[in-house]
Amino acid sequence: MAELSKQAGKAEAAGQREPILQVRNLVKHFPLTQGLLLKKQVGAVKAVDGISFDLYQGETLGIVGESGCGKSTVAKLLMTLETATSGEVLYKGQDITKLSGRALKAVRRNIQMVFQDPYTSLNPRMTVGDIIGEPFEIHPEVAPKGDRRKRVQELLDVVGLNPEYVNRYPHQFSGGQRQRIGIARGLALNPEIIICDEPVSALDVSVQAQVINLMERLQDEFNLSYVFIAHDLSIVRHISDRVGVMYLGKMAEIGTDAEIYEHPTHPYTQALLSAVPVPDPEAREGRERIILTGDVPSPANPPSGCRFRTRCWKAEDKCAEEVPLLAVPTLYQGKDTPAAHASACHFAEEKPSVVSAA
Amino acid sequence: MHEAQEATDTAAPLLDVRDLHVEFRTRDGVAKAVNGVSYSVRAGETLAVLGESGSGKSVTAQAVMGILDSPPGHVTGGEVLFRGQDLLTMGGETRRRLRGAKISMIFQDALSALNPVMSVGAQLGEMFTVHDGMTRRDSLAKAVQMMERVRIPAAKERAGDYPHQFSGGMRQRIMIAMALALEPDLVIADEPTTALDVTVQAQVMDLLAELQREYHMGLVLITHDLGVVADVADRIAVMYAGRIVETAPVHDLYAAPAHPYTAGLLGSIPRLDHKGKELHAIKGLPPSLTDIPAGCPFNPRCPRAQAICRTDRPPLFDVAPGRASACHFWKETLDDAG
Ligand SMILES: Nc1ncnc2c1ncn2[C@@H]1O[C@H](COP(=O)(O)OP(=O)(O)OP(=O)(O)O)[C@@H](O)[C@H]1O
Ligand SMILES: Nc1ncnc2c1ncn2[C@@H]1O[C@H](COP(=O)(O)OP(=O)(O)O)[C@@H](O)[C@H]1O
Ligand code: SF4
Ligand code: SF4
Ligand SMILES: [Mg+2]
Ligand SMILES: [Mg+2]
Repeated sequence: MAELSKQAGKAEAAGQREPILQVRNLVKHFPLTQGLLLKKQVGAVKAVDGISFDLYQGETLGIVGESGCGKSTVAKLLMTLETATSGEVLYKGQDITKLSGRALKAVRRNIQMVFQDPYTSLNPRMTVGDIIGEPFEIHPEVAPKGDRRKRVQELLDVVGLNPEYVNRYPHQFSGGQRQRIGIARGLALNPEIIICDEPVSALDVSVQAQVINLMERLQDEFNLSYVFIAHDLSIVRHISDRVGVMYLGKMAEIGTDAEIYEHPTHPYTQALLSAVPVPDPEAREGRERIILTGDVPSPANPPSGCRFRTRCWKAEDKCAEEVPLLAVPTLYQGKDTPAAHASACHFAEEKPSVVSAA
Repeated sequence: MHEAQEATDTAAPLLDVRDLHVEFRTRDGVAKAVNGVSYSVRAGETLAVLGESGSGKSVTAQAVMGILDSPPGHVTGGEVLFRGQDLLTMGGETRRRLRGAKISMIFQDALSALNPVMSVGAQLGEMFTVHDGMTRRDSLAKAVQMMERVRIPAAKERAGDYPHQFSGGMRQRIMIAMALALEPDLVIADEPTTALDVTVQAQVMDLLAELQREYHMGLVLITHDLGVVADVADRIAVMYAGRIVETAPVHDLYAAPAHPYTAGLLGSIPRLDHKGKELHAIKGLPPSLTDIPAGCPFNPRCPRAQAICRTDRPPLFDVAPGRASACHFWKETLDDAG
């Protein structure tokens, strides 16, 4: 009950407030070249091919999808670590894909990232204190030199590590502890938004739970907004307020966690959910599993029309001809049902047997 | 032992691992990776071996297969009975012949397990020329058949392709084809789907389960994913710090775990079918294998630990027919869960 009212409160607030981040038709194509000396462009990997979504203050937006669908590329575009081919990323109304120099630096301070691999994302030759304090070198205004050590120790404390560890090196920590170091570094500049790209995927289950709990606590404490990227649908459901499902560079479906997990209307989301092994033999019974045939097509040469059509059991001629738009399906427009959320399918419809009762 | 009492089935187990010990002698000391593991599998049965990274799942499998990295690895005790014969004391040549023909293994990382400079068709075909003495031509036809069996589209055209030309899911299916080529009695699959995406994972697990039924094989499925286990296994053995801490039929274990570590694992995974609140994380970290705690190895992390847990190592207690738990307080744990 408390959970429900919290959700409702958040949704209400989201309706009134401006989103903190608005992503509009974001595209990233990586050129495919041939020839050693005279590089000739022969095509492009369409890693991200027209994606739009909003992120509200204090919420967690989960992004799920299979390997190679473009999740990490989205993360890098939001961080301006890659240049967008086209499209906009509006941070408080300002398009950060067009910014440079001091203006970009100011925005970057507010958007930080936590990476997937706690084993390789930390520089092995730097002490933990130097790693966490490194952002202060670029943004000295946040912590004057004399205060830095104390600030780093506070951050260690915040993420549940012993502040006396500042002089240790990454190899002296376990995977879970390293991920905490990565999070402490992400928090150093008091950002508003943290982009988390598979932050717990490399960790063991028992340690995963420790890190997830920590992230939820920090979100409440500092009113952070998270974009939480993962391929584990159960973890994403646990932490997210809203969820977007990606397939081959496009957003297939987006909505609140209940809309996506209990009332999916896109065939890909339905297949994805039905394929998740549920760790309870009893809950599993009565659930229909959709086993997709075929492999994911190459993003350098995506199918015409709907990209999912080569694996979709509902595909018809129209699917090869027209690209389905991400919108509330006509079937549910104006209806007061959780199925009335954005889904990029010509024949979007609920399929109750793929989800078990919540 | 509990394993014996469970034999309502008159058939002797296909594989019977008894009190296996393996250690690694390294510069940092002796890592006791496997400390008295016992498990058994019958024909047509799937046993899941569940445990977190480093708990000794793969090392146990490597010792069974006779492919342990040695040195530094040494089997320091125990028996591995295959149809009653001890693999550990049998001659190298006999054992090699069993491996591949009667016992085979599927690895987590298909790309590194397959030969990168040999076409997939040739690798599969080689199994038939070496073990069955087929001609090259026949073996190639058989290879294509196997590729079709694991649903590689256009198998005939693709038999000449090299491993890197296939997607991850296809490579894993080819690994399965190789493991099943000679119709073995027993297959050990070490995290066969961990590197794959959910939809592809479902494809591969489905295929494996179907082939297992068809060939009536015994399957040891090693995994850290509680979800995968629930879908396919008959029985589960949970490992912690080189020991089996709980064994049970799948349904019983999920309904009511009899060991605090199992209970902790079940509590720490988020569930797809209901959105919970805070996850019940197990505090602390698994022990270093060069310095396993005295008494119960789980005691520094266990919410139930008492004085006895720091001094006396709990043996595997029989909890119910076919169920055992290595916890002094298994009864209390079971009562709380039920
Ligand atoms: N620098 C690059 N040059 C060319 N292609 C790239 C580059 N970076 C990514 N890609 C391609 O873009 C697509 C999307 O990649 P991305 O890393 O975003 O996937 P992802 O969804 O994060 O996958 P995973 O779940 O495996 O991390 C892939 O086909 C990838 O090979
Ligand atoms: N070749 C090796 N040399 C030294 N230690 C090893 C070797 N192989 C495995 N180990 C150690 O044995 C322990 C168990 O490993 P393993 O069986 O691979 O775990 P998992 O349960 O993840 O499969 C680990 O601590 C690992 O580091
Ligand atoms: S648009 Fe057509 S192919 Fe695409 S998901 Fe919908 S039914 Fe399937
Ligand atoms: S023996 Fe003691 S420490 Fe070990 S699991 Fe049981 S209660 Fe916990
Ligand atoms: Mg990625
Ligand atoms: Mg392993």
